[in-house]
Amino acid sequence: MKPIARLLVIVIVLFAAAPLSAQQQPPPKPAAQDAFVPVDAPNNQQEAIPAQRLVGIAYGLIWVLLLGYVWSVRSRLARVEREMEALNRRTARQ
Amino acid sequence: MQKLFTPLLILVAAMFAYAPMMILDAPYESTMGLVQKIFYFHASLGMAMFLAAFASGIGSAVFLFSRRPWADHLAVAGAELTSIVGFLVLVTGPLWARKAWGVWWVWDPRLTSTLVMWMIFNAYLLLRRYGGPGSERLAAAVALFGMANVPFVYWSVNVWRTLHPKTSVIPTLVPGMRGAFWFCVVAFLLLTSLLIAMRTELEKRRQQLDELYLAAEE
Repeated sequence: MKPIARLLVIVIVLFAAAPLSAQQQPPPKPAAQDAFVPVDAPNNQQEAIPAQRLVGIAYGLIWVLLLGYVWSVRSRLARVEREMEALNRRTARQ
Repeated sequence: MQKLFTPLLILVAAMFAYAPMMILDAPYESTMGLVQKIFYFHASLGMAMFLAAFASGIGSAVFLFSRRPWADHLAVAGAELTSIVGFLVLVTGPLWARKAWGVWWVWDPRLTSTLVMWMIFNAYLLLRRYGGPGSERLAAAVALFGMANVPFVYWSVNVWRTLHPKTSVIPTLVPGMRGAFWFCVVAFLLLTSLLIAMRTELEKRRQQLDELYLAAEE
């Protein structure tokens, strides 16, 4: 067989084999995308990224921001009410 | 509503005090471990964001067609809550992703659509603040676009290839996780409803104050 013909046969075999091998190995699926699998204790030995700090920041931020927002709305409401009372008093005097 | 407000606020505060205990009692997820605990508040905040976006969108639709002031007040309150709660969703998500995926952010359909929705409601608030007289109607149209984004954000994980957990995670939660999750959802939806009511009241009082100033000038 001539070298060119041999090369052609190799290329055809490779192209034909590629989809077959792709079918045999399903693409890896990221873990915990469809359902969460429970365990009794986390496997957190030798953690490169400490989960505790991330969870702490997440929960802390939620509490601080929501409490801050409640305080902000209440103080804005109180300011408007004070202004209304002052205006009412001023117009009553006139 | 006025009579119910304080007891509901106390109930929400009690729920938020108890929620961490339920979350700590819930089992760990096998691949993500401790960081998956962010899910309980993160997903609940996502639902609260949808509620606030619907409040703003529905208020805007009613205002566009009937010009009722209460509808405009509701639209402003909903938009502000969408911005606040959306910010928390967009910050807690990357904190979870950093550990679970190894990166803070990916331009994934769920993350990108949530960011776009959040920016639309921020555009609404900017328009209301700096748009000048008559900007309410233009802003109302913006809020309608924002509300129209909600189904895209929700179904994006099922329609497109994504790293984000799918909506199927919620119905398949094991009992220990399910109880804690729905408890947090109820707490956040109740808190968001109360905050929308408070913020709507503030907008109503502001309008009354403006009317008082006008009357005093005359």
